[in-house]
Amino acid sequence: MIGRTLIPIVSGAVFGAGLTIGGMTDPARVRGFLDIFGDWDPTLAFVMGGAVITMVIAWQAQSRLAKPVFAENFALPDSSDLTPRLIGGAALFGIGWAIAGLCPGPGLAALAIEPMSAAIFVVSMLLGMAAVRAFERA
Amino acid sequence: MTIPGFPDAAPMAGLAGGILIGIAAAVMLIGVGRIAGVSGIAARAFGLSESSLPRFSAWSFLIGLPLGAFIVSALSGDPAPDFASPIYLVLAGLIVGIGTKLGSGCTSGHGVCGMSRFSQRSIVATITFMITGFATVAIMNAIGLEVLP
Repeated sequence: MIGRTLIPIVSGAVFGAGLTIGGMTDPARVRGFLDIFGDWDPTLAFVMGGAVITMVIAWQAQSRLAKPVFAENFALPDSSDLTPRLIGGAALFGIGWAIAGLCPGPGLAALAIEPMSAAIFVVSMLLGMAAVRAFERA
Repeated sequence: MTIPGFPDAAPMAGLAGGILIGIAAAVMLIGVGRIAGVSGIAARAFGLSESSLPRFSAWSFLIGLPLGAFIVSALSGDPAPDFASPIYLVLAGLIVGIGTKLGSGCTSGHGVCGMSRFSQRSIVATITFMITGFATVAIMNAIGLEVLP
């Protein structure tokens, strides 16, 4: 119960709070960061830096643990392949991120801030994911 | 605190928000042994992926996200920021959905969780989406395409 529900909901809430405090739920802030040839806003570099440094420490702790505190095993990505699919997908993601200044986390968090706009983005995102899945299964 | 030359930047808020995001991802990693990649968790919640994260847990995380955002925006009292018009939100959402599914992750999974683990895949993915993000904004500005009011 703690591992399945409480930990994910607390993590999600802290994540959503962090996104909002850091300015990620403000599309103008995100697009300002991506506007390196114009009126550049470096704020997101601080968001990314703070998150990555914190997680570097977390990975050190993880490497010393046999198993997670509230689950039976670690289930972590182990692929190291650099494929056209990875690079093409990341390239597309960057384009979509830049168009509206939203990525998946802030899009979902913004459901509490600007529900209609966020819902349009989130539903479209899920349709995009579903399209890839349907294409792969065809 | 401001940065000389960048009057709009909010470095301290950015850093504080980033550390909270890192703590949230650390709680998922140490607590339940999973990556806090939002695109993957969203796909899992909606039955669009087969990750080993229990579906109920994926939903719990997704419910937490707006909850945290709501608390912060209620406490700050700041007005809601401007969002793009529906046509751009649909276009952006579709491309983000396709891109994260093909690229196996987004800013949180690759950028935060993967880069901090020095994953070559995640570093390449992050550099790639930053470059196309920079290029997209530059091109939109060059042709005078205004997305935000």
